[in-house]
Amino acid sequence: MSIRHGLLALLERGPRYGSQLRTEFESRTGSTWPLNVGQVYTTLSRLERDGMVAQGGEDAAGHALYAITDSGRAELRTWFEKPVDRTSPARDELAIKLAMAVGAPNVDIRDVIQSQRRHTVKAMQDYTRLKAQALIAVESGGARERDDVAWLLVLEQLIFQTEAEARWLDHCESRLIRLSATAAHTGSATATTAAGTAGAPTAAAPTGADAAPTEAAPPEAASPAAGAR
Amino acid sequence: MSAQQPVLQLQNLTRVHGAGATEVHALRGIDLAVYPGELVAVMGPSGSGKSTLLTIAGGLDAPTSGRVIVEDTDITTASVKELAALRRRSIGYVFQDYNLIPALTAAENVALPRELDGTSSRKARVEALKALEEMGLGHLSDRFPDEMSGGQQQRVAIARALVGDRRLVLADEPTGALDSETGESVLALLRSRCDAGAAGVLVTHEPRFAAWADRVVFLRDGAIVDQTVRSEADSLLSGQVAEA
Repeated sequence: MSIRHGLLALLERGPRYGSQLRTEFESRTGSTWPLNVGQVYTTLSRLERDGMVAQGGEDAAGHALYAITDSGRAELRTWFEKPVDRTSPARDELAIKLAMAVGAPNVDIRDVIQSQRRHTVKAMQDYTRLKAQALIAVESGGARERDDVAWLLVLEQLIFQTEAEARWLDHCESRLIRLSATAAHTGSATATTAAGTAGAPTAAAPTGADAAPTEAAPPEAASPAAGAR
Repeated sequence: MSAQQPVLQLQNLTRVHGAGATEVHALRGIDLAVYPGELVAVMGPSGSGKSTLLTIAGGLDAPTSGRVIVEDTDITTASVKELAALRRRSIGYVFQDYNLIPALTAAENVALPRELDGTSSRKARVEALKALEEMGLGHLSDRFPDEMSGGQQQRVAIARALVGDRRLVLADEPTGALDSETGESVLALLRSRCDAGAAGVLVTHEPRFAAWADRVVFLRDGAIVDQTVRSEADSLLSGQVAEA
């Protein structure tokens, strides 16, 4: 995460000292990504080394002030203009875990999915509760309005992210059920493996309430799951 | 909260459709209690029994076995007359397609269940206006359903579900026909009615809407397999330290 650019953005509004930057960063993002003062000073000294900020005097209380330079401003403009890279995704532990759970011995992938779903939906409940508070704060206006709006946007990003994860988990589950239903229909030797992997005895049967034979994937689609062992 | 009497209790509820080879177990031994002030979301894949649970909870369908207790009445053993009275007085429904009566205004729609229950038209109207007012819908009281947006109609339907002293609202995919922002505002309203003391059961397949609930119950193949309870807000988002 770019603390570097976050600090430059705060400094563009005027010279600031270290712990002030930390406080402002956290109130913008609702302490979602807490910073310690050490990180702030380390980042400031790197920015200073790179010519993007300069130390410039002290405030009345004797705090050393940092100011953004022209090259710091140029760096900040580029940051706002350039999209955040999404083409080389960060390692996602959950995706890796589910990939490893396909056909793994002694693992019921549906249990893995459900325990994650519980955790993810709970996180969404908590974020939604915070969001309801943030909405009230934004609607009531006041001096902190800009920070409240920023915090609301951050919370909504967390909600969208967890929602995407919950939907993906639902999708994985129904995909596995469909694949094992297909495998059961074709009666291949690996069918029992696939059904066992999905971990739902009733769902593997053609009459299972959740099985959707009308939407069944073509038989060849079953091979990745069935053959993964 | 648990010291209070639940508004709705489902005890070892089962529902079997059909018989013999085509027998389908829609619900298998459901136990659930919903307390005043609580909003419970029921999630699960299609066919998991979500809607069956809600129709049985509201007395629109009868279980194969088990008990459904609303306030103090076991609706599985209640007479037809008692059940009808309970549905008018204690249970409110909110459906995906609003189900408002097109020839009646918002206020008349909300007043209708009270009038059916024997309240005078005048008193029913006063109650309806109060219910609409409480939900910030006072300015819509004389509009007909086709003069309102989907979100407004759904909010009127929630007012109708909770008019009088009804304390149980059962909502089946209430946001299904709404865009995401309007759906959100309907959920916020349902949430605020529960915060004001009502008990709510919400069936939804949308995690973002379920997230407004105090408790999310997961159904799979007709059984509750898991549930989650939200935390207190101040315990959140702490303990992680960002990386530079």
